[in-house]
Amino acid sequence: MADIRSNFVGIKSPNPFWLASAPPTDKAYNVERAFKAGWGGVVWKTLGEEGPPVVNVNGPRYGAIWGADRRLLGFNNIELITDRDLWVNLREIKEVKRKWPDRAVVVSLMVPCEEEAWKAILPLVEDTGADGIELNFGCPHGMSERGMGSAVGQVPEYVEMVVRWCKQNTRMPVITKLTPNVTDVRKPARAAHAGGTDAVSLINTINSITAVDLDNFAPEPSIDGKGTHGGYCGPAVKPIAMNMVAEIARDPETAGLPISGIGGITTWRDAAEFMALGSGTVQVCTAAMTYGFKIVEEMVEGLKTWMDDKGHATLDDVVGRAVPNVTDWQYLNLNYIAKARINQDLCIKCGRCHIACEDTSHQAITSLVNGARRFEVIEEECVGCNLCVNVCPVEGCITMEPLAAGSLDKRTGEPVQSVYANWTTHPNNPAVRVAAE
Amino acid sequence: MAEGQFKDGIASERLQLAEIAENFADLHPPLDHHEAVVEADRCYFCYDAPCMQACPTSIDIPMFIRQIATGNPTGSAKTIFDQNILGGMCARVCPTETLCEEVCVREVAEGKPVQIGRLQRYATDTAMRAGKQFYERAKPSGKTVAIVGAGPAGLACAHRLARYGHDVTVFEAKPKSGGLNEYGIAAYKTLDDFAQAEVDYVTAIGGIATENGKALGRDFALADLTGRYDAVFLGMGLAGVNALRAEGEEADGVEDAVSFISELRQADDLSKLPVGRRVVVIGGGMTAIDAAVQSKLLGAEEVTICYRRGKEHMNASEFEQDLAAANGVTIRHWLQPRRVIAEGGKVSGIELEYTMLEDGKLTGRGETIRLAADQVFKAIGQTFDAGPLNGSGNLIALEGGRIKVDEEGRTSLPNVWAGGDCIAGGDDLTVSAVAQGRDAAESINRALMG
Ligand SMILES: Cc1cc2nc3c(=O)[nH]c(=O)nc-3n(C[C@H](O)[C@H](O)[C@H](O)COP(=O)(O)OP(=O)(O)OC[C@H]3O[C@@H](n4cnc5c(N)ncnc54)[C@H](O)[C@@H]3O)c2cc1C
Ligand SMILES: Cc1cc2nc3c(=O)[nH]c(=O)nc-3n(C[C@H](O)[C@H](O)[C@H](O)COP(=O)(O)O)c2cc1C
Ligand code: SF4
Repeated sequence: MADIRSNFVGIKSPNPFWLASAPPTDKAYNVERAFKAGWGGVVWKTLGEEGPPVVNVNGPRYGAIWGADRRLLGFNNIELITDRDLWVNLREIKEVKRKWPDRAVVVSLMVPCEEEAWKAILPLVEDTGADGIELNFGCPHGMSERGMGSAVGQVPEYVEMVVRWCKQNTRMPVITKLTPNVTDVRKPARAAHAGGTDAVSLINTINSITAVDLDNFAPEPSIDGKGTHGGYCGPAVKPIAMNMVAEIARDPETAGLPISGIGGITTWRDAAEFMALGSGTVQVCTAAMTYGFKIVEEMVEGLKTWMDDKGHATLDDVVGRAVPNVTDWQYLNLNYIAKARINQDLCIKCGRCHIACEDTSHQAITSLVNGARRFEVIEEECVGCNLCVNVCPVEGCITMEPLAAGSLDKRTGEPVQSVYANWTTHPNNPAVRVAAE
Repeated sequence: MAEGQFKDGIASERLQLAEIAENFADLHPPLDHHEAVVEADRCYFCYDAPCMQACPTSIDIPMFIRQIATGNPTGSAKTIFDQNILGGMCARVCPTETLCEEVCVREVAEGKPVQIGRLQRYATDTAMRAGKQFYERAKPSGKTVAIVGAGPAGLACAHRLARYGHDVTVFEAKPKSGGLNEYGIAAYKTLDDFAQAEVDYVTAIGGIATENGKALGRDFALADLTGRYDAVFLGMGLAGVNALRAEGEEADGVEDAVSFISELRQADDLSKLPVGRRVVVIGGGMTAIDAAVQSKLLGAEEVTICYRRGKEHMNASEFEQDLAAANGVTIRHWLQPRRVIAEGGKVSGIELEYTMLEDGKLTGRGETIRLAADQVFKAIGQTFDAGPLNGSGNLIALEGGRIKVDEEGRTSLPNVWAGGDCIAGGDDLTVSAVAQGRDAAESINRALMG
């Protein structure tokens, strides 16, 4: 059986599945239920500085979008950091860590952007016996209006400064949680790295409005007829999060910096994908809030089964394995040619591939063959774009088949070249033309 | 004397009213909002959708389902009514298992089609409950059209003509309009007087005058209509019934299934409707199933359908056959009636002969069987009665005993169109009658305005 024990910047956990800092980790009651269910670790719901706690709205704080059968696809929230007293949280963290020594307990923090504030809270957290801290530079609503959360995360200089204060004032490992609400996530990651962070975690939530109530023109979730941008998460954000993880993993300046991947992770497969892109651990929030803690069983078993099937013994065999394959567009092989193929035995004749290709792409799929309803790829027209694969409701019915070197590409009438050739050497590339002249 | 369900012969009150009410509950109960949305999500929005091609009225099914999914059931209803103004009834009575749902790609893929019929009902119910009318009459054309028969064909024709601004008069022999929707469809398919509600909904567009109790051939002749109106549409359905051609079929208790169902549909108190303790139904179509199932639901103890060919030859769909079986009806194949056995003028049984196919021809095998019965229903098909066409009876061309029409519904007589069960080559379905009535209206409109 694969060994999925994790050691992330010295923080050990029986598996790499942590609960992200959010309502599922807001109190001992939830966290203990999570540990009983099998979660490897938690990042405790973000703590603020000592004093009267923040307050939350008293109406809807979540919004969502759904797919077929009302499957939750995207989720958003306008919740703030913990609204419970600092001391209650600290006492509970200490108790839980004592009861569950094998689990990772990381404490998320957000205090004003002043060294004194950080100096004040760090020893208190250290005293709980927690395994590490996560700096919440991500929260995009409410806290950012008060100069914290993403207001810090969006300014690389602040990120670096706060990370440095923390590193100087605690022996605990520091994980810096990044906001996706920036144009280039490498900038704050580099800053955190420069400040000495032990790891980064990402993504926090994305600015969003999930819906508008058309009866009273109020954005959702709405409070007394008004709404504000909330933080978006759940399955819909996974592609965005994975790209950001990959960008940091392959950036020469931050290469090798440990990453805790977050964003839309719902199944073992999502987790494995994040790990392949360089995440040492993964964090989950929405999936747990949608289905409860039990999903971790599927994640643990699924990951192990896949690793066993593929002969991966430990997480180290998986983490970062896909990073070398993430590249720039200009390096993609333009001599690689694939064509769609429709398996007629699996085809249910819905015709969506046809209408998609016919109306919006390359007119490369028939609707009638010899007068009968039949969907076949016209290789002379197919550019291999994958649209038909993506719109087909039957998994595996349409596949993209690479053409072997030497065979004829019926679209161009040219044989398929065996050599790798990309845009940098392509005759249509203006840069290449200039060089040739 | 035996009481309740054990009463011999043909008797009423076999079951308590409450039990009967339960028995006659909606066959396909309406979907609630949640169910409708979940079901609508299953539709793939197919290109040139097979379901749409299978619908005789060509409703844009993927579109109306998408409108349900996007929270626009009223718009969905309009999509349906655009093609089929009797979409509400069709949603209840169409044998979808042999029409749209049979070819649904999810039937092909999973053996579980999208429940198109029930979704159609969800949408049309929503609009009809709200009294939402979608069509306005065009400005008066000054043209008049007479329609004979207020069944699905006549109503669909009338509505489409009214939309074009023509003045329509419908002559209907029966006291109520609706045709077999009112007098024929099984009671558990159309509850709560839906047929009349639908007639009101359809005629609410205006410009449609209905004269009930007025029969062609009795109260007026076809020539009167062609003389007084710019065009005539015949949607008279099938008034005749086939004879059993079995000895003794005039005995008491041998009844025409369609009349029995008609009585049932008009009964105020179903427990007062008499039914036999042992019922034999002769036939293999929808009418046979409906007569058998409803007899059973009224409390008949033993109900047997006898059909002269095999299961695969039955006109009733597999779903309907299963429905009968699930209600405790026995279906026996390869038996044809020979002789009705009577005691004191009343049916006491029926003698049937085993049959088989020989060189593709149905032949009796000589061997017979007797089934005890105190009621025998004939459900062996209806026939078109050309008599009411009067003097024109000889003139109007028939084909296979029904009115001959071209692809637009034109009969051999000038300015006379026909549609529904009374025309040749139909499939005796409500939805086909609607399609033919509608298409004839289009043809009439072209002829009148051309
Ligand atoms: C028992 C039974 C059950 C059925 N169940 C189903 C089902 O579940 N689903 C389905 O799709 N189809 C079903 N059908 C078939 C369906 O009812 C018919 O195909 C449909 O009603 C045909 O419509 P129509 O307008 O042509 O005729 P009809 O509905 O028969 O209407 C004809 C109208 O014309 C009137 N009329 C006749 N002669 C004259 C005259 N001389 N003057 C004036 N008016 C006249 C009649 O009174 C009647 O109102 C069933 C039929 C029967 C008999
Ligand atoms: C209701 C809610 C509250 C959250 N609160 C916090 C928080 O206090 N601190 C924090 O760092 N992230 C917070 N997050 C962000 C999550 O930790 C996580 O980064 C994000 O939801 C993406 O992961 P997911 O797609 O698995 O939900 C919150 C998310 C949700 C849904
Ligand atoms: S891959 Fe693209 S171009 Fe080729 S058939 Fe599919 S949709 Fe059309």
